[in-house]
Amino acid sequence: MDILPILSTLRRHKLTAWLLILEIALTCAIVCNAVFLIGQRLQRMDMPSGVAEHELLQIQVADVTTPSNPYARLAEDVALLRQVPGVQSVASSNQVPFGVSSSNGNIRLDPTQPERTLSATTYFGENLVQTLGTRLVSGRDLQSDDFVDVETAMKGLNTGDSKSLPHVTLITQTLSERLWPGQNPLGRLIYLTPTVGLRVVGVVDSLARPNAFDTAKTQFTMVVPLRMGANKDQSYLIRTRPEDRANVLAAAVAALKKADPQRVVTTKRSFDEVRRKFFQDDRAMAGILTGVIAALLIVTALGIVGLASFWVAQRRRTIGVRRALGATRSNILHYFQTENFVLATLGIALGMALAFGMNLFLMTHYELPRLPAVYFPVGAVLLWLIGQLAVLGPALRAAAVPPVVATRSV
Amino acid sequence: MFGYYLDLALRSLRRNKMLTALMVLAIALGIGASMTTLTVLHVLSGDPLPGRSDKLYYAQLDPQDMKGMDSSKEPPEQVTLIDGLNLLHAGRADHQALMTGGSVPVQPEQSSLDPFYVEARYTTADFFGMFDVPFLYGQGWTAAEGEAKVREVVIAKSLNDKLFDGANSVGRTLRMAGTSFRIVGVLDSWQPNPHFYDLNTGSYAYGEEVFLPLQTMLELRLDRGGSTDCWGNGGGGVGNILPSNDCVWLQFWTQLDSPAKAAAYQEFLVHYSLDQKALGRFQRAPNVRLRNVMQWLDYNKVVPSDVRLQNGLAFGFLLVCLVNTVGLMLAKFMRRASELGVRRALGASRRALFAQLLIESGVVGLVGGVGGLLLAMFGLWLVRQRPSDYAALAHLDLSMLFITFVLAVLATLLAGLLPAWRACQIAPALQLKSN
Repeated sequence: MDILPILSTLRRHKLTAWLLILEIALTCAIVCNAVFLIGQRLQRMDMPSGVAEHELLQIQVADVTTPSNPYARLAEDVALLRQVPGVQSVASSNQVPFGVSSSNGNIRLDPTQPERTLSATTYFGENLVQTLGTRLVSGRDLQSDDFVDVETAMKGLNTGDSKSLPHVTLITQTLSERLWPGQNPLGRLIYLTPTVGLRVVGVVDSLARPNAFDTAKTQFTMVVPLRMGANKDQSYLIRTRPEDRANVLAAAVAALKKADPQRVVTTKRSFDEVRRKFFQDDRAMAGILTGVIAALLIVTALGIVGLASFWVAQRRRTIGVRRALGATRSNILHYFQTENFVLATLGIALGMALAFGMNLFLMTHYELPRLPAVYFPVGAVLLWLIGQLAVLGPALRAAAVPPVVATRSV
Repeated sequence: MFGYYLDLALRSLRRNKMLTALMVLAIALGIGASMTTLTVLHVLSGDPLPGRSDKLYYAQLDPQDMKGMDSSKEPPEQVTLIDGLNLLHAGRADHQALMTGGSVPVQPEQSSLDPFYVEARYTTADFFGMFDVPFLYGQGWTAAEGEAKVREVVIAKSLNDKLFDGANSVGRTLRMAGTSFRIVGVLDSWQPNPHFYDLNTGSYAYGEEVFLPLQTMLELRLDRGGSTDCWGNGGGGVGNILPSNDCVWLQFWTQLDSPAKAAAYQEFLVHYSLDQKALGRFQRAPNVRLRNVMQWLDYNKVVPSDVRLQNGLAFGFLLVCLVNTVGLMLAKFMRRASELGVRRALGASRRALFAQLLIESGVVGLVGGVGGLLLAMFGLWLVRQRPSDYAALAHLDLSMLFITFVLAVLATLLAGLLPAWRACQIAPALQLKSN
């Protein structure tokens, strides 16, 4: 197909051609970035929690008046929950992965260093590793004699009595790699306060933070042997078989309410719900972006259809003359298809540059990573396809113009 | 003349129904999408207390130890209990209030209702006057009553409706967390958005249902929520133990009626920091901030970045729709070159042709604007179905309604300008000849 006649025709419709190119370029730029953003969101929503998600339940209960001995109260509740049929394991925790509300500590490797090394989430609670289903990679799990009552520890912190503070901790593999790359973390010290170091006694495979907003820091987590009393922020975590979850949750709540009807159950949900809630905005954003992409492509396609139809109608006589002079139907068809291809290619080339610029803007204003090169061909192919599909109808209509048109109205 | 041009425009638009529909649809989609997101942005970045917000200032001090000291860093976002009480008792501002949040269990007298938790604000007396909180019945407690740790409570309208069927409950008793409180005031509906005075609780659609004196909460050790940040050996507090004085967990708001007073107060905060340093309690050089409401909201970037991103996307989409419309309109006008040529030859001026074509594009804009408005209303309905905390706030107000129309017509007129101008450049003789 000879491209020169197409170019010389387009030169006579410069303004219209440029507008179409501009439209394709803008669409291409937005689509490239939007597809990338969707990818980012989907990747985020896939973030591993490190726990047995389909086997876990979370219950929070709140007493109307503070129990006289919150530790005994918590132990009673845990014992009660263990009796519920179908329950495999019970833990209490001050927070859950993806639960948003979090307790964090500033880690220093040397108590005198001025800046913290990093901020990590500190899980407090008994029987966590077993119940959550995270795997111990090396070292040992926390034992009951590691645990210190939280109020004792708090008083010790305020009075400077280091004996009443916990002395050991579990950390995640990621945290270990970040603090001591390539080295054995067991036996090393982490300082959460200037006076007391926590000795690393075990490393767990993976455990996400409740506030996992920054993908790179999701696994900066440690488990500290602090025994929490029953309070409204404490969660009971129950491990059970996936198919038993609904029954076990109902039975567990009933058991807790039976023990004290005055209590208020503030949370009762499966971990699947925890995850769904945490990522709901990402899911919504991915949906909106998909909608924007679809709308953009449709508008652009309709624009191409509209313009191509006009050009076909405008050139009816020319087409008739060409047909009379021996051009075949497929010659005419290919002419319009090639014309669209040329315009789309110009638009895509311009669109790539725009996409790059848009990404730079997003990088500075929304802390997004650089657009990987793989997204550029995605946008290009998509727009070529849309262009060819959109032009097909008008081009077929052009090909159907009979040669006899050339003889009319001259 | 206008009537005639309008008639011409309608005829021309009717001649090419598909194309007209396409242009209207593109404009409507673009306007609908951008107005939806713009409305959400407008609602979320609004002034929570119009007319008062520039007189209300949030104070920040830097009581941290020397670790990680960097004078370019911002001071902590809240104050410690001791600093808060010191500033409160100094009383240097026109009004001031020290506050924090939490949730408390309500034990209704009616046996039909189970105990339930409500969000609580623990604050000192000036809160109500300073933030212009509307009362349905009664009033707040006085500063002296607050200092005396009275068991008094102000409740929100929603709680009053739930417990007392909306009747005047002032003087009645409300049992919370095992203690009896006397109701002294019932608020009318009040929910500033964003929840500017404490952003730790969630920025939007958050409202407390009970308001208690801060000193009473300190004595009873009621539940604390929000955020607690500690340094050094600071312990965040648990159960009956309050956070130590190495922890910030309260908000301190002041009302300063003139810029001069605000400047003087900032000066006072510096002096206070110096005094505390002389006493050995502060270690750092004075590092204070005094921001008014809108500055405080800006600093905290309360508008979710997703919302701004969506707004940018929608306007990108509108731009594509406009380019699309320009292209289609240009093609349409150029197609009518011969008709325009005849009109020119018969004596119509360029200006007249230009006006005629602009009216045609204006009609498309108007119809597109109406369609866009309907789409925006549908879009906002969709937003309201979403689970985000701000979703329920997404409503079109009068100013946004007006902006929608202006935007639609302006956008299409703008889109019509280039094609109309281009079509008017036609030399009449050439067009006549080719016929």
